Amino acid sequence: MPSTTTTRPRPLSPNIQIYRPQLTSVLSILNRISGVFLSVCAVVLVVWLVAAASGPQAYAAVQAAIGSSIGRIVLFGATFAFFLHLCGGIRHLIWDTVHGFELRSIYISGWVVVVASMVLTVAAWVISASMGG
Amino acid sequence: MASQDRQNMRSPLARAIGLGSAKEGVGPWWAERVSAVALVPLTLWFAASIIAHTGSDYATFIVWLRTPLGAILMILLLIALFYHTALGLQVVIEDYVHSGTKFAAVIAARLGCYALAAAGVVATLRIALSG
Repeated sequence: MPSTTTTRPRPLSPNIQIYRPQLTSVLSILNRISGVFLSVCAVVLVVWLVAAASGPQAYAAVQAAIGSSIGRIVLFGATFAFFLHLCGGIRHLIWDTVHGFELRSIYISGWVVVVASMVLTVAAWVISASMGG
Repeated sequence: MASQDRQNMRSPLARAIGLGSAKEGVGPWWAERVSAVALVPLTLWFAASIIAHTGSDYATFIVWLRTPLGAILMILLLIALFYHTALGLQVVIEDYVHSGTKFAAVIAARLGCYALAAAGVVATLRIALSG
């Protein structure tokens, strides 16, 4: 019997240029982007620790860079990326226990992640400012 | 491929066992979750400590890192953080890099993470143990 499997056009993955962004897809890629950004921030953490181990001068130089206006903007972004990745990660861990997969639950947890990340970021900076920063 | 399977008379499961992701994909997946669970309290401790030390001078910061709890938690944070980072970056690289540079990128990310973790741990120990 000859092989008669005809090649039908297969469904294609959504083309991201024309696909309407949804909360689910946006949070998915943001979790990844924030993770990559936090990887870069982790390098800064090590630089900061090595500077602190090297002595007061090196530590002061790194502190000055972090305390500059550009440094503060990056640090604010890092704070938001951290809380977004943390909340998004906890959402993933809950999914890993096979809970919260209903469409309604997914959207509720998604908005909780968005609001919680913003609130925690602002709270962190407000508390930090009240400490004398 | 399909005609080959009929000739071999082997089930798809028999072909899949021991191959590809079915063989060892669960390991890194689980390791990423375990490190994530560890990072929840460790990163929150770190964030809270940094916020509490806003505006502190060098000496105050060193005293914080010299306490046994501070040094231990910082070292645990560095290990879990760079372990998690290596696993996460590997997934991202494997998803987007398809050329021969994929393996080089995965190896570079992994070795870079190990080197950074080592540097961070040594720096912490130097602060913690220096008289």
